[in-house]
Amino acid sequence: MEPSTYTQGIVQEACRRFGNDAHRMMDILWEVQDRLGCIDGQAMECIAAETGSYRVEVEGVVTFYAFFATTPQGQFIIRICEDIIDRHAGVEEIRAAFEKTLGIAVGQTTNDGLFSLHLTPCIGMCDQAPAVLINDLVVTGLTPGKVSKIVSTLKKSRNLNDIKPQSKGGLFKPGEGNNQHPLIRSMVKNNIRLAGEILLNTYSPEAGLAGALQQTPAEVVEMILASGLRGRGGAGFSTGRKWQMAAATEAEERYVICNADEGEPGTFKDRVLLTEKADLLFEGMTIAAYAVGARHGILYLRGEYRYLRPYLEHCLEERRKKGLLGANIGKTVGGQYDGEFDIRIQIGAGAYICGEESSLISSCEGRRGEPKNRPPYPVQSGYLGYPTVVNNVETLCNVPRILEKGISWFRSIGTSESAGTKLHSVSGDCSRPGIYELPMGCTVQELLDLAGAKDSACVQVGGASGDMIGRTEFGRRLCFEDLPTAGAFMSFTQTRNILEIVDYYMHFFIEESCGYCTPCRVGNVFMKKGLEKIIQGQGEPSDLEYLKDLGKTIIETSRCGLGHTSPKPILTSMKHFPLVYAALLKERPDGLQAGFNIQHALDESRIIAKRRSLIYDPDYSKSEKAD
Amino acid sequence: MKKKRIATASLAGCFGCHMSLLDIDERIIDLMKVAEFDRSPLNDFKKFTRRCDIGLIEGGCCNEDNVHVLREFRKNCDVLVAVGQCAIMGGLPVMRNAIMHSDDPLRECLDEAYRASPKVMNPDNQIPNDPALPLLLDKVYTVVDVVKVDYQIPGCPPSGDVLWTALTALIKGEPPELDWALIKYD
Ligand SMILES: Cc1cc2nc3c(=O)[nH]c(=O)nc-3n(C[C@H](O)[C@H](O)[C@H](O)COP(=O)(O)O)c2cc1C
Ligand code: SF4
Repeated sequence: MEPSTYTQGIVQEACRRFGNDAHRMMDILWEVQDRLGCIDGQAMECIAAETGSYRVEVEGVVTFYAFFATTPQGQFIIRICEDIIDRHAGVEEIRAAFEKTLGIAVGQTTNDGLFSLHLTPCIGMCDQAPAVLINDLVVTGLTPGKVSKIVSTLKKSRNLNDIKPQSKGGLFKPGEGNNQHPLIRSMVKNNIRLAGEILLNTYSPEAGLAGALQQTPAEVVEMILASGLRGRGGAGFSTGRKWQMAAATEAEERYVICNADEGEPGTFKDRVLLTEKADLLFEGMTIAAYAVGARHGILYLRGEYRYLRPYLEHCLEERRKKGLLGANIGKTVGGQYDGEFDIRIQIGAGAYICGEESSLISSCEGRRGEPKNRPPYPVQSGYLGYPTVVNNVETLCNVPRILEKGISWFRSIGTSESAGTKLHSVSGDCSRPGIYELPMGCTVQELLDLAGAKDSACVQVGGASGDMIGRTEFGRRLCFEDLPTAGAFMSFTQTRNILEIVDYYMHFFIEESCGYCTPCRVGNVFMKKGLEKIIQGQGEPSDLEYLKDLGKTIIETSRCGLGHTSPKPILTSMKHFPLVYAALLKERPDGLQAGFNIQHALDESRIIAKRRSLIYDPDYSKSEKAD
Repeated sequence: MKKKRIATASLAGCFGCHMSLLDIDERIIDLMKVAEFDRSPLNDFKKFTRRCDIGLIEGGCCNEDNVHVLREFRKNCDVLVAVGQCAIMGGLPVMRNAIMHSDDPLRECLDEAYRASPKVMNPDNQIPNDPALPLLLDKVYTVVDVVKVDYQIPGCPPSGDVLWTALTALIKGEPPELDWALIKYD
């Protein structure tokens, strides 16, 4: 078949499936890539023609996302998680093993078109590192030995199913709980170490929804407001307040979006909720929809968690069958409400910034995942311009429980400003990594003790965008009043190099910046350079001032939360580990910049000119004679 | 009061900043009452005769000689001032740093300048390489990349008034305060 007609056929089919709607660009691109192996120029032209957009727009979207490729990829795309926890767990050896057995370097594809190898930031498996993605399949707890087994199996059978976990025999064992569900069948472990009262406990399914439908929407909003529930996705904004504002905006449609992008390095609690409490989440979304008057919901699932999609679609289908989604929801749970609500799943494609709510909305709209200017806020003008509530998975899972058990029950857990529990994703140096559900306000030390992190010297609270703290701060409480966290909790012992950790996070932010604001796009590179100078022993005390100043500028002048937090790894480590920095700094009385190396700067020139330097090569005359 | 000694140099610049210094016009007479020049192209002194109070640097570093001169200035001047866009940010010469996605950016730069560019007339196809020519650096460095400086005076070039204001302050031992209107160039 002539390739262009072949491409055209597939693209047309994909576009037709999504109503030739440019707003469904993400879905179209995923489908085209799944079938063609990449989205090349031809495919982009066809997509543009089919959706009534321009090629440059399509290309803009394709090239924004790390998981979309414009050049042919192997049948098996291996993405090695390079997060700091994975590095500490030996990911370098895993990478070396892949490179050796495949005979290619990272970024390349094997000649037989079977394998491509890439690096990717945190894939949400820090408690079972080192981990890789092979297409949608997650492989955890890797060793170099297992790498060669995977590669030889795939080379032989060319079938990903052959490395899927099996209860008997097989290369890998399935994880616990729903990871064994036939639609998931994954080796991923939940590692639930401590189930608290609210989220990971048993509950009465749909009791919350039934309770909500017996009240007016305004009463439900009032109840969530009075419960003191605050967003678990990072910013801690009052959920009731957010709903109230969305409900108050006049509009024909409203949207409820669940943020399951979970891109913050070291966070994996949403993955566990999606695996074990999907119905609780969908119940929460339905209640939110009822409260604000939304008919449509979107679950934005990060591309890394695509392996959960068949199962989540199945849960949605079951709910539709039971009448818990679709038309006349109220009848099913015995109420009067005859409204409708349905949820679609939007798959992301490897972009941390898409966790930021306005980027997430851009991405759902089929655009580059770039943040929008605010105001207007999403509750005023969000998805396609309609009022939109964006809430984190964990936030929404709290909602049915509040309606089921009441406000005072919820407020009795946690602290006055931070009601309820918090899920912590614990990883790094500790003997029991995994998920801990604790009342808000527990101390860092308590969590460290529970997780068996005996010699922890440093904890990264809240992920890369959070705070790096040392022993003197371990008495602080994990709640909005003291040390807020989106759920990541990474413990490091004395043996870990703090500056290496900080350096990696800066690398992460540089890679993940959308590039819109100069302070974020360029400033973070300068921050990293400044740090590298210190790491290389060329720093001076004045460099700390420079970093503080630059960090402040980036925070003050960036457009979105990424730039508002990206200098934090450097700034918080400088604050809490001043001696680590001080030990590397030296005053230079000669007034020269230590970072400038004249010999290095002349190397290339010496080769091109085929002579040595009159000024900087003391043996210049000798070399002249020798020539 | 003892006269202040001033040294100046133009590195990878166009001498525009030096020309601009002459735009202080007859105020140079007042200047000479309180200051005198040491090493400078204005008087053609090639070497420092003694330690100086103030050093003015125009241009960044594109070759080894620039680095050498700049380090001499840092060693011999109490206060070192980067004057003009090239000194501070690299200016026009720094455009060659934009050749980044090349295995051999310097060679590519020389080829473009002396051979490949459509307007080049170079029948021998030679790239200048006289032993007396200083070696080029791998890329253009700003003054601040190579040594620490005490003040930066912006402008391309800074006007005669800017330089006058800055110099009179520095001679008094004060930090130069430049009005917004003085350094607003567009
Ligand atoms: C760079 C960046 C990444 C973010 N990533 C996530 C994420 O992965 N998951 C999430 O729920 N919120 C994330 N947020 C916060 C969201 O913007 C938003 O505040 C949150 O989804 C609101 O839900 P909540 O009120 O329930 O917390 C991120 C914010 C920024 C600035
Ligand atoms: S702060 Fe960074 S990530 Fe956010 S909009 Fe600006 S450039 Fe993009």
